[in-house]
Amino acid sequence: MIELENVAYNYGGGELLSEISLKLQPGSFHFLTGPSGAGKTTLLKLCYGALLPTSGQVRLFTSDVRDMERDDIALARRRIGVVHQDCQFLDHLNVSDNIALPLMVAGRDLLAEGANLKELTSWVGLTARAGALPPELSGGERQRAALARAVIMSPDVVLADEPTGNIDWDMSQRLLRLLIELNRMGKTIMVATHDLALIRAAKTHVQARVLRISNRRLQLAGADL
Amino acid sequence: MKAVLSQVTEFLVGDTQADRVVPPTGFTATLTLFSAAAMAFLAVFALALSLATGRLADQWGAELARSSTIRISAPDGQLAAQTEAALKVLETTKGVDTARALSSEEQQALLEPWFGPDLPVDTLPIPQLIEVIETEEGYDPEGLRLRLAAEAPGAVLDDHTRWRRPLVKAASRLRMLGWASILLIGAATAAMITLAANAALAANTQVISVLRLVGARDSYIAQAFERRFTLRALTGAGIGMVLGMVAIALLPSAQPEGGFLTGLGFQGWHWLWPLTIPILAGLVAFAATRAAARKTLRDMP
Repeated sequence: MIELENVAYNYGGGELLSEISLKLQPGSFHFLTGPSGAGKTTLLKLCYGALLPTSGQVRLFTSDVRDMERDDIALARRRIGVVHQDCQFLDHLNVSDNIALPLMVAGRDLLAEGANLKELTSWVGLTARAGALPPELSGGERQRAALARAVIMSPDVVLADEPTGNIDWDMSQRLLRLLIELNRMGKTIMVATHDLALIRAAKTHVQARVLRISNRRLQLAGADL
Repeated sequence: MKAVLSQVTEFLVGDTQADRVVPPTGFTATLTLFSAAAMAFLAVFALALSLATGRLADQWGAELARSSTIRISAPDGQLAAQTEAALKVLETTKGVDTARALSSEEQQALLEPWFGPDLPVDTLPIPQLIEVIETEEGYDPEGLRLRLAAEAPGAVLDDHTRWRRPLVKAASRLRMLGWASILLIGAATAAMITLAANAALAANTQVISVLRLVGARDSYIAQAFERRFTLRALTGAGIGMVLGMVAIALLPSAQPEGGFLTGLGFQGWHWLWPLTIPILAGLVAFAATRAAARKTLRDMP
């Protein structure tokens, strides 16, 4: 699905990531961890084509990202749901419209997708807040809305960048359960987080691979968690 | 052609879902609307000027080209005889439709603006004027001059060329000035829309990055801006055009004593010309926004 081969990424004159090789297999669950500034967000951005590697290869659904036109990358992103820490909503649209945004840009008929949209809004527990504007939402509600938006196109992969960064433990657990549920539906999940407790909690429910960025390189972690 | 029309209709009708993704920008929207209206209003006047000067050039060209004057200056005793001789020459000149000597009342009327109504024309040595109207084919002025020199030595043929050329040239230049003004107005509209579109794009970088994040193609994002600015320009120019046409219609109607200024306006089917202004404004806005949006999106990471 998403494959990185010997990838390096330079930022501000220095090497931020080096010799990164990673394969996201269908149905797999990955945690990406590491200290702040280690390059977790950068690695996620490389995984959805928002950044191009300085060297090495990034393949999105078998296509080398360097050979892809912008339109091809846009189409690939419809198969990759992304949840950002800061959520990134269109503040002039209500929650329901923000969740439906991927459908809008794909030219899908919102009326026909109405039932699906309602079901998804209910799944993330935001039915009562569907008409609210994003600035009116709490941190947890924003994260859940972002997750709903990320999965509305039924993507093959969901990438989440510190999804529990700004929310309390109960809400983190709720969000984690949603991600695990998605994984059980066959979606490939990768969550970047520095919250080790969250990873421990997840490992009791799902077979997750834990990756750690350390000294610019990606390592497989596990036993110490 | 059908495909193009269908694309234009699709563009104008638009995708209501896509229209909502770009946040409404009240202040820039009003400014764009106002500027497009002002430009269209000016364009209506430039168009009216261009068409009116075009008509004037054609009129002067046609009227003056078909008439000429013979002036006979001779001693008292010979004036009538030379006038008679000149008229006879004109009767037999190929290309002359009619020729007649102006009466003393008509000559007095011609001099009245300069000397007043009490001028005793009969007592002054004023030359006799003969008005010559040509046929479509016209006459040979050099041949006529030679014949007049032989039969009426005091006769001088003035075929108005000396006056006609600069007048027609001036009118043609005015017409060109009108068209140049329209081009400048179009360029200014393009510049204004480009600035407004760039400002809107710069103000919406966050929106653009969210749209890209959820899989929007650049063409989709560009189109949302193109449609918005095209419709604003179209609406603004439509309002400006209507106001311009009303202002032109309220101008005094063309009168001979009013000269050129009262002839500024549209005649007959020329009233349809201003209808092209909003369409052109829309096209200019579309092209300007498209170029600005594509460049901005290309330059964005």
